Amino acid sequence: MIIPDKLKYTSEHEWVALDEDIATFGITEYAQGELGDVVFVELPAVGIKVKALQPFGTIEAVKAVSELFAPMSGEVAEINKELETDPMLVNRDPYGQGWMVKVRINDPGEWDRLLPASEYSKLVG
Amino acid sequence: MDEHSLSDNIKETPFYKYHVAAGAKMVPFAGYLMPIQYTGITEEHLAVRKNVGMFDLSHMGEFEISGPKALEFIQMMTTNDASKLTVGQIQYSILCYPDGGIVDDLLVYRLTDKYMLVVNASNIDKDFEWLKSHLIEGAKLVNRSDEFGLLAVQGPNAQKVVSQITDFDLETIPYYNCAVIKSGKHTFLISRTGYTGEDGFEMYLTQEMCDDLWKACIVAGRKFDMKLIGLGARDSLRLEMKMALYGNDIDKSTTPIEAGLAWVVSFDKGDFMARNILLKQKEEKPKRRLICLELEGKAFPRHGYDLVAGSEIVGQVTSGTFSPSLQKPVAMGYLPLKMTALGNAVDVKIRDRLFPAVVVKPPFYKEGTHR
Repeated sequence: MIIPDKLKYTSEHEWVALDEDIATFGITEYAQGELGDVVFVELPAVGIKVKALQPFGTIEAVKAVSELFAPMSGEVAEINKELETDPMLVNRDPYGQGWMVKVRINDPGEWDRLLPASEYSKLVG
Repeated sequence: MDEHSLSDNIKETPFYKYHVAAGAKMVPFAGYLMPIQYTGITEEHLAVRKNVGMFDLSHMGEFEISGPKALEFIQMMTTNDASKLTVGQIQYSILCYPDGGIVDDLLVYRLTDKYMLVVNASNIDKDFEWLKSHLIEGAKLVNRSDEFGLLAVQGPNAQKVVSQITDFDLETIPYYNCAVIKSGKHTFLISRTGYTGEDGFEMYLTQEMCDDLWKACIVAGRKFDMKLIGLGARDSLRLEMKMALYGNDIDKSTTPIEAGLAWVVSFDKGDFMARNILLKQKEEKPKRRLICLELEGKAFPRHGYDLVAGSEIVGQVTSGTFSPSLQKPVAMGYLPLKMTALGNAVDVKIRDRLFPAVVVKPPFYKEGTHR
């Protein structure tokens, strides 16, 4: 199970990468395995405000449907349009090409409240 | 200790170790640990449609009925006309309760000196008790479910794979027929049947044959890039063919007439369980019928979602998926008779949003290679 050290995680199996004030969200390798083949991902429009621990989208997969929870609060700056035509990028490359949204964050303090890789790996171990 | 050793009622099939070695995701299903997927449901689904795949179906139940009154007993308990079967023929049939509700759907095999019933894994105990409680003198009923491993090879290239493991001319087995064949030192029953809409075979193996036949099929399948297929793809394959799944599309609250299975109810074979109620329902037309729906757009209809007309809930989705072959959402569900005409529009409520759907002619997938 791949759980990159440089990312942080939620107990709902989202990951977040932080680069200055831009946070990138996605779901973990464990999550994609549990959901099975992703059929489509419903993402918010650019400009929408998302709130930490609140749903920001939906992921439909062959085995289950699941809500996506925002790891941090902010305004959606970019969404991964590739997922529209190839949603299984989430299965093939959950931490890379399968990213979902980039959010301009407004509370950097939220980063410290997320799970580090060591904690998250205990959750799915 | 792994999580499964805690529950001692979960059984493993004879092929369990091969699934684990192949990296399958194992889930408890009908009392067995079964592979739900190996590499991915979509990929496995398309492999069966376009090429060939192998399934472990050892969880299915097998009963044998023998004795001078075997046929009479089967005729009384099932809806189809088993007297039409010649040795080696198979028919799809239904077990009904006296009120017309469905106990189970099943296959009836006529073998040389007995009949074999193949029933759904989740219904083995219920079916056995049901049959036993109606058993007549001169008919003998044996539950052999635990003795058999069942391997299915399905897909347009299924015959090419299976013909590698036997000298028997498989071309001589028509659809819904069976034969006893030899492979290496083993002799077993094989039928040209399946739950996928594609050509294919199902092999009934006693425990001691299972290792040899698994390996033989894997080797035979290599040349054809045969994939291992889990229960996830089995479900989407059968759904694309509008094949009913017990517990989803049919159960004790639905009748064969409502479910569009009148073609396996033989009213002219004489009396049988629920005959008069089913005949009345057929003549008066059922109040609702199981129909096929196609949806547009990015929707994933699932079991239990409401079907809506205007502002009224008029039915529920019984099975649904995003069809891997058609690349669109499809569903089955019951609608009031007046709404079941082809082309009729209805909405499917998916998490508080309505998605337009239209009644279409079954099956969803029309290019199946089954004969």
